[in-house]
Amino acid sequence: MNDKKTYLFDKPRNVKLVIWTLVLACAGTLIADVFAHRHVDHPWESMFGFYAAFGFGAYALLVLVSEGIRFLVQRREGYYDD
Amino acid sequence: MISVAPFLIFLVGAALAMVARGRLRDVIAVATPVVGAINLWALDGSAPMTVMLFGHGLILVEVDRLSMLFGWLFHLAVFVALVYNLYRPTKLEQVSILTYGASTMGAIFAGDLLTLLLFWEGLGLTSVFLVLARGTLRAERAAVRYLMLQVLSGVLLMCGIIVLINQGRSLAITPLELEGLAAWLIFLSLGIKAGFPLLHNWITDTYPEATETGTVIMSALTTKTSIYCLASLFPGTELLIYIGATMTVFPIFYAVLEDDLRRVLSYSLINQLGFMITGIGIGTELAINGAVAHAFAHVMYKSLLFMSMGAVLYRTGKIGASELGGLYRTMPKTTIMCIIGAASISAFPLFSGFVSKAMVMSAALQGGYDWVWLALLFASAGVLHHAGIKIPFFAFFGHDSGQRPKEAPKPMLIAMFIASVMCIGIGIFPGLLYDMLPYPVTYEPYTFEHVLTQLQLLLFAALCFVVLRVTKLEPHERPGVNLDIEWTYRWLLPRAGRCGYAILERIIHPLRQLSQIGMQSSVWLVKLWHGPGGLFARDPLISSASLAVVVIFTLVLLIDLIQGF
Repeated sequence: MNDKKTYLFDKPRNVKLVIWTLVLACAGTLIADVFAHRHVDHPWESMFGFYAAFGFGAYALLVLVSEGIRFLVQRREGYYDD
Repeated sequence: MISVAPFLIFLVGAALAMVARGRLRDVIAVATPVVGAINLWALDGSAPMTVMLFGHGLILVEVDRLSMLFGWLFHLAVFVALVYNLYRPTKLEQVSILTYGASTMGAIFAGDLLTLLLFWEGLGLTSVFLVLARGTLRAERAAVRYLMLQVLSGVLLMCGIIVLINQGRSLAITPLELEGLAAWLIFLSLGIKAGFPLLHNWITDTYPEATETGTVIMSALTTKTSIYCLASLFPGTELLIYIGATMTVFPIFYAVLEDDLRRVLSYSLINQLGFMITGIGIGTELAINGAVAHAFAHVMYKSLLFMSMGAVLYRTGKIGASELGGLYRTMPKTTIMCIIGAASISAFPLFSGFVSKAMVMSAALQGGYDWVWLALLFASAGVLHHAGIKIPFFAFFGHDSGQRPKEAPKPMLIAMFIASVMCIGIGIFPGLLYDMLPYPVTYEPYTFEHVLTQLQLLLFAALCFVVLRVTKLEPHERPGVNLDIEWTYRWLLPRAGRCGYAILERIIHPLRQLSQIGMQSSVWLVKLWHGPGGLFARDPLISSASLAVVVIFTLVLLIDLIQGF
């Protein structure tokens, strides 16, 4: 690591900026949801913030379940090669 | 205008590339799909081309809207792959890509099942060299397993065709009912190449082992040829809905666990095929349009993602998420184009996945398949995890691995740029793609609610990633082998074989001893009678026998003499 140059995300400020932009964008979509009159194909869709909650929940569930099954399916590198 | 069968151009291109050298060979290789595209333009709307072979009339080329769309798509994919390959062009790869392209063109324009079979086998036989070209032992072994499954798929298709011929049924490529032996054999054959659950493992086994370019083109052609065939032969087959939904969900768990980023993309490929297969299963005009549009968009963004990972592999020699990180510093162009691919596969508005995937989702809801829709929605959040975030984040951002590789070579950048333009172009002007679809499109992707709900889904899923990351709950990437169905034929079968052999040996051993005893005793008996001093070999017996002969002969002579007097 001889590289002394500072790059875009070496500054914590820029990383924070990205995170806060995301948080604001999330909040924006929720606010828009209040005012939007949505045409829906399915009753669940009409619930306030259904997609937001589903997205967040699905992601968390996916990561946690995968971590849960890791001990079942994961073996050392080269498992098949002996 | 004069046009020829599209596969012929690729075969001629391959033959010329075989004999040409250096720059000339590169020019021939890259020009072939361009000439092919001009031919394709002339081919549109032309009459079927037939030949007679062994008394069967083969329909070599039959053009319709569906085959034209796939034709354009595959010409583009082959072109992009050949441009990408120019960073280190090898004759083996170029000729292999061209013959592989010829097989695909033959398969999608085939007008009957027998012609399809011919090129179906070609797909496996020509592409295997792209795995072998990697030159490692691992790749060689994966190539052999790949070939076995591809040939099995061909054999199943052949058996299906034989049954059809025996029943005196037509071999035309028209929708089949999924009943009877023939239809099931063909269905399974397509299922292997389309990566149905339990038949899917060759994709994740082989693709990560091929060369940088090999993976790009293989991910584009084989499975999508099968998608084309499923759309032609089994549209509206309800079983496909559930097969497709399963395919969208199960690979995402593997994609989370997997460390090799090209294998992550291979699992992601199965997940994307799931969306298409669900659409084909639903079978309405909207669903089929959605499946086909998704195939088109998918080939572009999946190629783009594989190309960016190929560039990383080429520049760093590594592909594990745990070994990479922080490469955006010196590979900014590759990073940006990888993010474009990631945004497209995640279906962000203004990117290609957004305008195609939603058609399948809407069709699921309109068809009353609520649970399937929910599975697809879950899978959409999953896509954001493994392809939208994991791929760019762990390769280009995340922890700084300290590596400062050079930016990708120019040919790679140009190829990625073409794919990026396609991803954004389709996203912004979906009408261009919609106009080519098999049925007229009334679907409007850019409605306020669709953009809003999709953004909510994706942004909040991304927020979850940030939360997990900040709270350090996001698991670390770890290398390892994740057991999948391949365990049965890579671990269980060899061991079962060895065990079976040992058992057989145990049964055979006493039998072998018994037969040895039998042999020995018969040899002893033969020796006893015929050996030196044996009953039939004793000296006295022979001498007395000759004496007896002499005596009898003398007696006969004497009697004859006496009678003479």
